[in-house]
Amino acid sequence: MTNHWIDIKNANVILIMGSNAGENHPISFKWVLKAKKEGATLIHVDPRYTRTSALADFYTHLRPGTDIAFLGGMINYIIKNKKYFKEYVSEYTNASFIVNKKFDFKNGLFSGFNDKTHSYDKSFWKFELDENGVPKKDKSLKHPRCVFQLLKKHFSRYTLDKVSAVTGTPKEDLLKVYKIYSSTGVGNRAGTCMYAMGWTQHTVGVQNIRTMTIIQLLLGNIGISGGGVNALRGESNVQGSTDHAILFHILPGYLKVPKASMKDLETYLNKVTPKSSDPMSANWWGNYPKYMVSILKAFYGDNATKENDFCYNYLPKLDNKTNYSWLSLFDAMYREKIKGFFAWGQNPAVSGADAQKNRDAMEKLDWMVNVNIFENETGSFWKGPGKNPKKIKTEVFFLPCAVSVEKEGSITNSGRWMQWRYKAANPPNGLPGDGEIMVDLMNKIKELYKKDGGVFPEPILKLNWPNKYDSDKVAKIVNGYFMKDTVVKGKKFKKGDQVPSFAYLTDDGATCSGNWLYCNSYTNKGNMAKRRDKTQTDIQKNIGLFPKWAWCWPVNRRILYNRASVDLNGKPWNPDKTVIVWKNGKWHGDVPDGGWPPIATGKGRHPFIMRKHGFGQVFGPGRADGPFPEFYEPLESPVKKNLLNRQKSNPVVKTFNTPDDKYADYHKYPIVCTTFRLTEHWQSGILTRWQPWLVEAQPAVFVEISEELAKEKRIKNGEMVLVESPRANLKAVAMVTKRLAPMKIGKKKVHVAGLPWHFGWEVPKGGGDAANLLTPSVGDPNTMIPETKSFLVNIRKL
Amino acid sequence: MKITRRDFLKFTGLTAAGLALTSLGVDFTKEAYAQAKASKISMAKETLTICPYCAVGCGIICHTSLVTKKIINTEGDPEHPINQGALCSKGASLFQLANNPNRITTPLYRAPYSDKWQKVTWDWALTEIAKRVKKTRDSYFILKDKNGNIVNRVEAIAHIGSAALDNEECYLIQQMMRGLGLVYIEHQARI
Repeated sequence: MTNHWIDIKNANVILIMGSNAGENHPISFKWVLKAKKEGATLIHVDPRYTRTSALADFYTHLRPGTDIAFLGGMINYIIKNKKYFKEYVSEYTNASFIVNKKFDFKNGLFSGFNDKTHSYDKSFWKFELDENGVPKKDKSLKHPRCVFQLLKKHFSRYTLDKVSAVTGTPKEDLLKVYKIYSSTGVGNRAGTCMYAMGWTQHTVGVQNIRTMTIIQLLLGNIGISGGGVNALRGESNVQGSTDHAILFHILPGYLKVPKASMKDLETYLNKVTPKSSDPMSANWWGNYPKYMVSILKAFYGDNATKENDFCYNYLPKLDNKTNYSWLSLFDAMYREKIKGFFAWGQNPAVSGADAQKNRDAMEKLDWMVNVNIFENETGSFWKGPGKNPKKIKTEVFFLPCAVSVEKEGSITNSGRWMQWRYKAANPPNGLPGDGEIMVDLMNKIKELYKKDGGVFPEPILKLNWPNKYDSDKVAKIVNGYFMKDTVVKGKKFKKGDQVPSFAYLTDDGATCSGNWLYCNSYTNKGNMAKRRDKTQTDIQKNIGLFPKWAWCWPVNRRILYNRASVDLNGKPWNPDKTVIVWKNGKWHGDVPDGGWPPIATGKGRHPFIMRKHGFGQVFGPGRADGPFPEFYEPLESPVKKNLLNRQKSNPVVKTFNTPDDKYADYHKYPIVCTTFRLTEHWQSGILTRWQPWLVEAQPAVFVEISEELAKEKRIKNGEMVLVESPRANLKAVAMVTKRLAPMKIGKKKVHVAGLPWHFGWEVPKGGGDAANLLTPSVGDPNTMIPETKSFLVNIRKL
Repeated sequence: MKITRRDFLKFTGLTAAGLALTSLGVDFTKEAYAQAKASKISMAKETLTICPYCAVGCGIICHTSLVTKKIINTEGDPEHPINQGALCSKGASLFQLANNPNRITTPLYRAPYSDKWQKVTWDWALTEIAKRVKKTRDSYFILKDKNGNIVNRVEAIAHIGSAALDNEECYLIQQMMRGLGLVYIEHQARI
């Protein structure tokens, strides 16, 4: 979230789309309802009428996977009707930038497309630069090649008729949503969006979010209170686990993992550190070298020295062209390239797309380590449906661990608050926590290498690794401390002092920091995540900021890009909902996004400091599938052609081709299917399916279908049906409701069905199996997040 | 206020038909909280935690019996600025996660071609896993790629998980896996 949970109360319009927050983030609704009480309008757009819709002022449906068409129509409406916030758009976004002449868009393809490699040459999308290397701008937004004019042209195709034909949403409903939402394109009104996996799990996931971001930039809704682009994260610490980079492509704090061609630290830093020639651009990533050297010092301690390139070459390097993400990982496992596997606190036999492929891939491993609280479909895959244990060689080690209330440490919520949890009881039978397991296991491995040697043992033997797990000590190194007495920015520090904030990290090896974004979370004053002080200034109280409660990254800033909430003189667009204000030569309110004076003083910086040029990106030339979003059908689509352009699905999408990878055609599988969650279960159900109350509340997998589809198929509510896909079939109880209805797509009637994805064969008995047995292995070309929110099935009565 | 099964079903709305939005939160008012302190949990220690389910980050108070040392009650933290004492059905059931007879309490091992688990000791399990990690790593470690670039990676071991870990554990697990040379490192954030 750019903002945070309590801030939702400050919105005038709330658009919930790609999320069922009322059921999946129930307590968030405390703040949604508070906003409604203050007069806000709540809109819910979803294929299925849910409890979120029940509380909305206005609900309308759309076909799964058509969000870009829906929101693209809103961009067209905003521009045509001049609903955008002109000053914000021209001063703070790149709408004024001039794009070079090679940029073009024809027949659903941007210029630079290579039809052999199915990828784009992004040099076709560059900005024109002036003689100093600064992007050329036309703040009147009239230049025919400025981003604003290109955007206008691009989305002019998204007319109400076209959008309605694609999405299945009635025209009058589209217009109503567009009117209400675009009413926030003025200084004293705020619109926010709340989204979840309904936007990300698509082959156009990133562009779904880009489309909404463009709307928020056009309306001046980013950086302000009651605004923002707000991802509702589904796991208690998925924000923190992403920040700490349990991902192939990043190191903690979103630093890039080195590639094979980056032969030394200098080459790496030259490649990854952005350079801006604009003195008004903060270009925050210019600090890359300080963060990278500090992380190497955290990883390898005193072993990392300037002379040995801070142990840069101990880090594994990615092959330049290989993608090692989730779908590729299971593909490699299926192809017997992976021999050993850690499934640690995760259940891919239920949670992964094309779950049967994952289950089949596990048979090909030599060994698997499964760390979890309960037995689950992953660790027990060898005795699952259709498996004969006598034919499966994989050795499995199941390691049980403590639950959250039996250990101590921090987690980071969706609003970026890092909060400390304490130990309430000892785990049964003296079970270790995950931290103890990893520390002890790594020490066993170290012992083996010390004793027997082995291939390139240095990175293991020289790793800065504790003898015993202590969350407090790890929290200190994640923040970082001084490795020697030193002076930074005129301030003296002693060896062992905690680094007060990332502004004091250095690239000479004087500091370590396991994650620069968390630098300031544990200072000499103590562990900030433990704070429970509710005192506020008047400005903070007015918008519900609790700056002394826990801690928030970065540097306790509660609303990101907050310098966009003020005009060039530092005066809030909306003085009734001030986030920051420049008064008496300093900023008041939230921690400002950089402490420079207002822009009008001539000493300021553009507000979007994480972007090279400092501007909000209406034009996003870094994306794999185009600098503007464009609507493409889901890979498995119920219609013959894309009504908005000549490409049917995302032209740069990658599919897989093992015998377990099959993709559906609408002739045989005409029903659009989606997956969702229930309040009573959590993710793959691994924790909740073992709890008596929750299982009593939601005992088994079901498929929700409309009354019309039930009638066509002669299915009665409560009967068992078979949901069929080319990957697998799944038995489920039919739940016939008015919450789903067939949609009119062009001239065609399309049925939509949905299933909760929490269930698995292991427990409860008779609860059915995983909805992800039905979903395909195909991902977004930017993130490789699988498309599990829109796929095709058939349903028949058993 | 200890929640009974009956209260729970009432709160989650399962006794009521239709679409009423009942999962918005089990509200514990300050009054109820005060009563609770005076009754069943008076012989308990209070510990603060944050809900382990979704990422709203609700504050929860755990009550641990001073006699049995077990968690006997969990409820919303009325002081917490986000949830102000409210919890959803999952959060309200938290103590059933800790006090759960289905938990596995010893390491288990499944041998090749076996149809059952066997209980093993921690020391045996960790020692055997360490041996396998070393053997696989040493057999498949790639020092240089075909262009002669130093790559120091192993593609034959993969790791996934977890968004359920604490931050400190997340930091260590990726440090450990990168220390071993892994590149297939993924978790819930990707799906």
